[in-house]
Amino acid sequence: MLGEMSSIAFIILYGVSYGLVLALIAIGLVVTMGLMRVTNLAHGAFAAIGGYLSTGLMVKGGMPFPLAVLAASLVVALFSIAVERAFYVYLYTAPELEQVLLTIGLDFIAIGALTFFYGPNVYPTPLPFYLAANVDLGIQSIQLYRLAVVAVSLLIIAALWYMFDRTTLGAQIRAAVDNRTMAQSTGINVSRLFSLVFALGSGLAALGGALGAPMLPLEPLYPFKYLILVLIVVALSGFGNVKSVVGVALLVGIVETAGRLLFPSLSGFMIYLLLIVLMIWRRDGLFVTRRAQ
Amino acid sequence: MKTLPRSSILSRYRLHLADILLCVVPLLAYLLFPKYLALGSMVLVFALFAMSFDLLLGFAGILSLGHAAFFGIGAYTAGLLAIAGWNEAICGVLGAALLCAAVAGVAAPFLLRLTGLPLVMVTVGMSSILLEAANKASWLTGGDDGLYGIRLRPLFGRFAWSISGETKFLYTFAWLLVSFFVIRRLVSSPFGVALQGIRENSSRMKLMGNSVLPHLIIAFVVSATFAGVAGALWAQTGGFVGLGVLSLDTSIDVLVMLVLGGLGSLYGGLIGAPVYLIFKNFAQELNPFYWMFFVGALLIVVVRFSRGGILGLIESSVTRFAGRKKQR
Repeated sequence: MLGEMSSIAFIILYGVSYGLVLALIAIGLVVTMGLMRVTNLAHGAFAAIGGYLSTGLMVKGGMPFPLAVLAASLVVALFSIAVERAFYVYLYTAPELEQVLLTIGLDFIAIGALTFFYGPNVYPTPLPFYLAANVDLGIQSIQLYRLAVVAVSLLIIAALWYMFDRTTLGAQIRAAVDNRTMAQSTGINVSRLFSLVFALGSGLAALGGALGAPMLPLEPLYPFKYLILVLIVVALSGFGNVKSVVGVALLVGIVETAGRLLFPSLSGFMIYLLLIVLMIWRRDGLFVTRRAQ
Repeated sequence: MKTLPRSSILSRYRLHLADILLCVVPLLAYLLFPKYLALGSMVLVFALFAMSFDLLLGFAGILSLGHAAFFGIGAYTAGLLAIAGWNEAICGVLGAALLCAAVAGVAAPFLLRLTGLPLVMVTVGMSSILLEAANKASWLTGGDDGLYGIRLRPLFGRFAWSISGETKFLYTFAWLLVSFFVIRRLVSSPFGVALQGIRENSSRMKLMGNSVLPHLIIAFVVSATFAGVAGALWAQTGGFVGLGVLSLDTSIDVLVMLVLGGLGSLYGGLIGAPVYLIFKNFAQELNPFYWMFFVGALLIVVVRFSRGGILGLIESSVTRFAGRKKQR
C-alpha cells in the first residue's frame, strides 16, 4: 500500500516537474506560432542551444547554475532576433511546406553546429550540490532540483500570464494574434512586435532547455527529440492557446513518467497513442471550447 | 482527330520528351557505371519512394512526415515473406503493396480529417509508434539488429540475382517505370485534376460539388501503396532491413529529395534522389559527425532561392532562353 502510494507520489512529482519544463518550452512555441503563423520546427534547436550554453557556462565558466540559466536564456533570446530577421521574415507569407522545410534546415544546422562544438555524445549537466540533495516529503523523497524546477516554472508561468492578460504589451500581442492587419492599422508596430515575441518565445525555449537540462539530457539530436514532445503539447492544446498549454503539458509529463515507471516496455508508445487518440477525437485541442462553425 | 492544345490538361496523357529521358537516362547509367549498380538500385528505389510522395504532397497537397511508415511496412513485409520461404520477388512486392494499401485505407479516413500541423504531428506519431513496435517485436523484425538473410528465387525462374547487381538494377528500374506510368495516368485523369483542385482550394472544390475527403483518401492509399512497393524493393535489392526504414529521418530524407528535385512533376524524385544521396554521402565523408550542417544549409538554399527545386531552375532557364529566342 505504502509502495503504491509512493509510486503514485513519484509519478505525480516527477511528472509535474517534467511537464512544467515542457510547458515553458511549449508556451514559447505557442507564442511564436500563434502570432506569426509560422510552423516553427526550429524551436527545439533554441531549447538545445540554451541548454548547451548554460551547461557550458557552468562547467567551463564556473558560473552558478541559476545565473548560467539566466544568461543562456538572454543570449539565446538576443540571438533569435538575428535569426528571425535573417530567415523568419521571409516565412511569414510563405506556404506551410516552405516553413517546415526551412525550419527543419535550421534544425539540421543547429545539430551540426552542436556536434561540432560539443561532440556527438550526451553532454552531462552536473547539478550543484545544493540542488542534488533529496528532501523527504513523507511518502516519497524527491530531489530538491525537481522542487526548484516546479517553483521556478510556476513563477515564470504566472509572470507570463500577468504579462499576456494584464499589460499593454500583452494586449498588443493578443490583438496581433487575433487580427494582424487590424492591429497594424491601430498603430501597433507589428513587425517590431514579431521580433520581440520571437525573442520571448525562443528565450523561453532556452530557459526550458537550460533549466531542464539535468532532466532532458543534452545531445545533438535534442532539437528533434524534444521538439516532437513539445509539438504534441502544442497540438493537443489547440495551437495558440497559452492557457491550455500548461494543463496539457502536465498531462503529457505525467503520462510519460507513468509510462516509463509502470509500463517500461510500452513507454515509447504511450505518448504517441495519447497524441493520435486525442488529435482525432478532439482536433481543436483539449480544454478548448469549440468555436462555432 | 482533333489535336488538343498543349496547355490542355488532357494533353498530359501524351508522351513527353522528359518521359523518354526517364527511360534513357537510367539505362545510360546502367551501361556507363556498371560498378555502381548497387548504388544505382538504391537511387532508383528512393526515386520511386519520392515519386509516391509526390503524388501525396505535390498533387494532393498533403504534407506528411510519416511516409516512411509505408516504406517500412513494405520493406519488412517483403523481407519477412522472403525469409518465410515465399521468395518469388514480384509476388513479394505485390504482397507488400497490398498490405500498405490496407493499412493506409484504415488510417486515412482518420488522418485526413486533419490538415496542416496537426496532420504533420499525427503522421509523425503514427510512424513513431510503428518504429517502436518494430523495435519491440524483435522476434519478428530482428529489432536493432535488423532483418538478415533475404534471399530470392531467380526472377521468372531464369535471371539469377548476381552479385554485381544487373538483375537488381533492371528489376528496380522496371518497377519504377511501371509505377511512373500508373501514377502519371492517375494524376492526369479527371481524378488527378480534381486532386490538384483540392490542393489549390479545397473549400471551392467542395462548393463545386466534389467530395474532398474520398479523393484525398484514394490519393493517400495509392501513394502508400507505391511507397510500399519502394520499401519492398529496398528489402529485396539490399537484402537487409533495418529499423532506419521506419524512422523520421527517412521521412525527412524523402521530403528533401522531392523538394530538391521539384514538386508536382513526378520527375522530381528522379533528380532529387541521386543529387541528395550523393550530396549526403559526400557530406558524411567530409565529416561523419556534423554533416547535417551541410544538409541543413542545402535545404535552406533550396527553399530560399529555388522554389521549384532543380526542375524549377531548369524550367525557368528554359523559358527564359525560349523567350529570348522569340524576341529575336
